[in-house]
Amino acid sequence: MLMRRIIPCLDVKDGRVVKGIHFKSLRDAGDPAELASIYMDEGADELTFLDISASLEGVRTRHQWVQSVAERLFVPFTVGGGISSADEARELIALGADKISINTKAVAEPELITKCARLLGSQAVVVAIDAKRRPSGGWEVYVKGGTEPTGLDVVAWASAAVSKGCGEILLTSMDRDGTTAGYDCELLEAVCSTVEVPVIASGGAGEIAHFAEALRAGASAVLAASVFHFGKFSIRQVKEALAKEGFPMRL
Amino acid sequence: MIVIVDYGAGNVGNVARALRYLGLDWQIASTPANMPHDVELILLPGVGAFAPAAKKLEESGWRDSIIEWTRSGHPLLGICLGMQLLCECSFEDDPTPGLGLIKGKVSKLDIRPLPHMGWNDIRWLRPISPLQKAAPDGSAFYFVHSFALPVGEDAAAETSVQNVTFSSIVAKGNIIGFQFHPERSGPVGLRLLQRTIQLLERKGGA
Repeated sequence: MLMRRIIPCLDVKDGRVVKGIHFKSLRDAGDPAELASIYMDEGADELTFLDISASLEGVRTRHQWVQSVAERLFVPFTVGGGISSADEARELIALGADKISINTKAVAEPELITKCARLLGSQAVVVAIDAKRRPSGGWEVYVKGGTEPTGLDVVAWASAAVSKGCGEILLTSMDRDGTTAGYDCELLEAVCSTVEVPVIASGGAGEIAHFAEALRAGASAVLAASVFHFGKFSIRQVKEALAKEGFPMRL
Repeated sequence: MIVIVDYGAGNVGNVARALRYLGLDWQIASTPANMPHDVELILLPGVGAFAPAAKKLEESGWRDSIIEWTRSGHPLLGICLGMQLLCECSFEDDPTPGLGLIKGKVSKLDIRPLPHMGWNDIRWLRPISPLQKAAPDGSAFYFVHSFALPVGEDAAAETSVQNVTFSSIVAKGNIIGFQFHPERSGPVGLRLLQRTIQLLERKGGA
């Protein structure tokens, strides 16, 4: 049976992991490759790296760290952040990434999804969507790191992205991100019941129980950052709790 | 020495990195003429579509060399598309013949959505003792594929998704194939890969 996945997310800026990460065994808390291999040993089913470098110089370091992550990480990983062409996407896959994720550029140029899918296979193409609740109901797609509204409806955009060829949706609730109040299950239900591809829930994890809620809402995978980085609980604890609740997990 | 066959179909990098991590000697060869003289095991990786891959194997001379290599008792390991290519034929696009080393025909998985992607567990049908120790029933591996070999006489382990069950490990004499990616399957995957290579190299030496 296909297992549900737990995915820690690491923000990388200029080749260094940012947002404090607290592991006793860690020699260099900023080294993406060292953190990646610790998370693999902890039972992470997959890893996501989000490159938040603002400068061109920062993006240039990406090749180096993606390559060193690939040398030490033997579970799948996704790289996202500022990818604006199919060639860039192909380069990241050639360096060892399993998937790439696109967000702002996919909204500006939906054909990019198709180009990447043709070149790399849809299984390698993740579309990341930042969703914010509308006062009038529903959710709106935001881009540029959640700073710019697009007017697009999240459910409609998710289903357009799938028809353009993406193999997975990474769905972040901006309302819940950083709150530890739990995932936005209504948002998850709305998207999961519309698209056929796997949906990764993101934004809001604070308690172990939140993970089960997201899976019950239809998510195939659950992504979290700070709860793992700050050691509030471990990936293994989450997976064991979910397995007890009857979800198929890789233990 | 392990030779990784690079026939232009997909990424040999992940497999090479896993072998390097395991401390094994390997070399990538794009044609059989480039094979080093001390080869003990041929590893056939591959991602992508069956028909173009089969064509490239033929054109590069690998098809004949691999068949000859296994006929003379030498060991072969196929991974993902590399495993499917060992079979009689595939119904991906038009029916295309494979190497015919493993019984059965590869067909499209009848599941939604495709591909079958993610972690799934295996059940041994014909356990291979050292490999079963490394990866007992219920061990999970990482899969990415839309086609698969139905369970047949060469299936050593099976995997199910939705209502479909397919061969996830095949074994026949000196040939072993994995439908999943042991090189992307974490510590258990690396351990299985290592044990499989040890087992096959012993067979090759015998």
